[in-house]
Amino acid sequence: MAEASDRPLVHLDRISKHFGEGEARVDALRDVSIDVHPGQVVALLGPSGSGKTTLLNVIGCILDPSSGSMELDGERVLEDGLWLRPNLRQLRLDKIGFIFQFHNLIPFLDATDNVALVLQLAGANAVTAHTRAVELLDYLEVGHRRNAMPAKLSGGEAQRVAIARALANKPRIILADEPTAALDSKRAGIVMDLLRKVAVEQNAAIIAVTHDEKIFDRFDRIFSLRDGRLDAGGPVTG
Amino acid sequence: MNLAYRDIRHSLGRFLLTCVGLGLLLGVVLAMIGIYRGLVVDALTIARAPAVDLWVVEANTRGPFAEASRIPGDIREAVARIADVTAAGSITYQTVEAEHGGDKLRLYVIGYELTRPGGPPQIAEGREIARSHYEMVADKSSGLTLGERIHLGRHVFTVVGLTRHQVNSGGDPAVYITLPDAQKLQFDLAPPAARVQLARGTGDSSRDTVNAVVARLHANASPDAVAETVHRWKHHSAITQEAQELILTRSLVDRARRQIGLFTSLLLVVSAVIIALIIYTMTMEKLKQIATLKLIGAPDRTIIGMIVQQALALGFIGFATGATLIFSVKDYFPRRVVLEPDNVMILGLIVFAVCLLSSGLGVRAALRVDPATALGG
Repeated sequence: MAEASDRPLVHLDRISKHFGEGEARVDALRDVSIDVHPGQVVALLGPSGSGKTTLLNVIGCILDPSSGSMELDGERVLEDGLWLRPNLRQLRLDKIGFIFQFHNLIPFLDATDNVALVLQLAGANAVTAHTRAVELLDYLEVGHRRNAMPAKLSGGEAQRVAIARALANKPRIILADEPTAALDSKRAGIVMDLLRKVAVEQNAAIIAVTHDEKIFDRFDRIFSLRDGRLDAGGPVTG
Repeated sequence: MNLAYRDIRHSLGRFLLTCVGLGLLLGVVLAMIGIYRGLVVDALTIARAPAVDLWVVEANTRGPFAEASRIPGDIREAVARIADVTAAGSITYQTVEAEHGGDKLRLYVIGYELTRPGGPPQIAEGREIARSHYEMVADKSSGLTLGERIHLGRHVFTVVGLTRHQVNSGGDPAVYITLPDAQKLQFDLAPPAARVQLARGTGDSSRDTVNAVVARLHANASPDAVAETVHRWKHHSAITQEAQELILTRSLVDRARRQIGLFTSLLLVVSAVIIALIIYTMTMEKLKQIATLKLIGAPDRTIIGMIVQQALALGFIGFATGATLIFSVKDYFPRRVVLEPDNVMILGLIVFAVCLLSSGLGVRAALRVDPATALGG
């Protein structure tokens, strides 16, 4: 397992989120505090409705929390429930990579262009973006499928292309939503090995929501959520 | 990276099929506009053919097109003597049905004086009428050909010349014959009836009756002033060319014109709704992709650009398909389809505007997509 450095890449301090008011109020997150360090691969566990996805959305800067503070990659981005950056889209583009349950590759772009798109959105020219995309696909051992359309890729290949896309802008925080749910155990193991490789070699933090028991032993830490709170026992070391 | 182009290329067959469908619809809209314009042009064609400034007709009528008008033929001399009149000619109009190729052929027969105003405006093939009897200049749309002989009434006429686009407001092709032939066709009785009339002592009445006398004026003469002079005569009215055209468009073909106009407007609205639905559906099918694009950092302008470009491509290809189709088949319509460049350009602009507005619906839906929806199954 990876050795965690001192300064966390993701630092959550008493994050809360509620929906509705009065009797209709639902507390999705209650004072959740988490630190994830570079090189770590951590899991968010919990039953349905426990707040895992809500927490992932808050860390991904796509959901406004009700209160709490957050630092991403050394930058304070949230203070007392208020975003400190006006452009969260740019924040996501700069600091966060996303991996989805069903890869969510853009179906009308081939593998290379799916990766290159993110680079071009960040301002890279077409040639640079293409070169970097090919490098990433080779790094994730799916370079031989660089011209394939998503529909022609196997589940494992598609997820590797999706990981390449998540890494395109060299983000140090990768958020993964059930990254192995659509894969068999062999391919799930391969994907987890890749995520481990990325975390170590890119010095990144990987936070994954998962129900997949067969990969629990691949995580450095497991945070278990129940009714919006971290379980009383706090983080479970894998 | 142009996402709109990549998306279209990825599902090219489906996109082109949608464009063709839209093209057919826009083709129908263009055809209706062409039919609408054709109706107006056809209605004015016969009135414009003699190239005159004044129509002298029966008093208190708006003849000879909107109402029946019968005046003595010798009025022509009186009209010709009016100051400012340079030429005048007597003219008759009647619709007849003749046998042609085993079918009934409706013809709009125009009788005119050979050396006076009222004849065919331009001969496309053959020559003008040279003999005083039994020669005919026919419009090509009648299906008659040069040298062909056809029975009109009790006489056989030979086609010596052909015109183009000379039809009446009902779409019946015009044929030109001499005034005496037209008067015989209109007023001669069949031999048994003529004998009965003769026995009753009424068979020798004059048949020098015409429907109108047309007159050309000096370039600087006032048609209204000359019309006023004619109004002072008993039993006659005078209608200026401008008023005649107004009668034709506002009265004779007005209902048909409005009907087609209304139908064309409805078709335009239907087209707009269909374009909006297509673009909205195209966007709704991509909501997950749009959410993913937003989540990975795509700015709104990238997503808006994709939707608007696809909408405009759809409109442009659909419009080009429709226009090509209609321009290819318009000459096969039973009635004239008149499509001027300004009609096509205006519809093109309308389609462009509709596509832009319709893409607004899709853009609105896309901008409301929560990037969080990309997460989760």
